[in-house]
Amino acid sequence: MIKGTVLIATDICKGCELCVAACPQHCLTLSKQINTKGYRFAELKNEECTGCVNCALVCPDAAITVYRQAKIKKAV
Amino acid sequence: MEANILDNLEVVYQKPETLTDTPFHYCPGCGHGVAHRVIMEVVEELGIQDQTIGVAPVGCSVFAYHYMNVDMQEAAHGRASAAATGIKRVLPDKYVFSYQGDGDLAAIGTAETIHTVNRGENILMVFVNNAIYGMTGGQMAPTSLCGQVTSTSPYGREATQIGFPLKITELIAQLPGAYFVARHAVHTPNAVRKLKKALKSAFEYQKLNKGTCFIEIVSNCPSGWKMNPLDSQKWIEENMFPMYPLGDIKVPGKSTTPSTENN
Ligand SMILES: Cc1ncc(C[n+]2csc(CCOP(=O)(O)OP(=O)(O)O)c2C)c(N)n1
Ligand code: SF4
Ligand code: SF4
Repeated sequence: MIKGTVLIATDICKGCELCVAACPQHCLTLSKQINTKGYRFAELKNEECTGCVNCALVCPDAAITVYRQAKIKKAV
Repeated sequence: MEANILDNLEVVYQKPETLTDTPFHYCPGCGHGVAHRVIMEVVEELGIQDQTIGVAPVGCSVFAYHYMNVDMQEAAHGRASAAATGIKRVLPDKYVFSYQGDGDLAAIGTAETIHTVNRGENILMVFVNNAIYGMTGGQMAPTSLCGQVTSTSPYGREATQIGFPLKITELIAQLPGAYFVARHAVHTPNAVRKLKKALKSAFEYQKLNKGTCFIEIVSNCPSGWKMNPLDSQKWIEENMFPMYPLGDIKVPGKSTTPSTENN
């Protein structure tokens, strides 16, 4: 399976939860802590992310950077 | 551990450099943020940052010029398309767009909107329809739905008293000056992808000098609608789309068939 991950600008996030709903892999959730604005922020809750970009597309605050595993390395 | 994982990964999505680092002041979940970002992604991808001039409205997006890292001009309430007309006529080689809410574009600015398109001004007009006046506290807009409760229609919009929701996008699509007219949304990843494609075409059409491109974005206003962001997305699908169906309304090369029914 393709592996990916996201980096969320937690201080920019407003906890709207739209990314959580948009993630087909159900990898996002809202944190228990709050950020400097007082919002619970989005964070990864598992390693199922495929780097599909869906969360970043719906984020109203452009808070998400998405990474995907480069295809090259295979052999261990 | 995180740094390790990131080493083997390549960036597949990041915030466009055509947006400034200033965080949006919009309410959590507000579609204005997505609309700003997608427009700026297109500007970045087309490589036209230094050739693009935007005109900001009065409304929640009044500070669009703080976020969009292109030349911007603020216009008087409703007059963004008139200001954009002047800019484009003086600087015809620039890519000029206006950005307006429904109160700005379809209430106080109705005359400017219609006449800009009727003159076929060679600009892109972006129209963010959230069916309410967000900035001023959730008053009824021309595009508010029948039955919609707002602070100035506390019993729901009653068409016999205050008229029907104004489908201004279908209206202006009939004008010969309109070149490309479409309605999109920002509530799902796929909707955002389609919007981006349409915006890209619209910017590219500006080189052809064929008339006005007009893109409506059906959006939400969680604060004005008094809903959480997720519920507002559902509300869009259940209530906005029957009145404001998505898709192309006027496409270059095809005859005008404005969709007047719900679908
Ligand atoms: C001449 C004038 N009349 C009225 C107002 C008050 N006013 C400010 S924004 C606005 C409407 C905003 O609604 P919309 O264009 O839908 O944008 P939104 O805030 O929903 O994004 C109004 C009526 C004003 N600023 N100037
Ligand atoms: S969509 Fe963006 S602002 Fe909303 S919770 Fe996710 S990261 Fe935060
Ligand atoms: S009031 Fe409505 S339109 Fe304005 S920023 Fe808040 S959610 Fe967006």
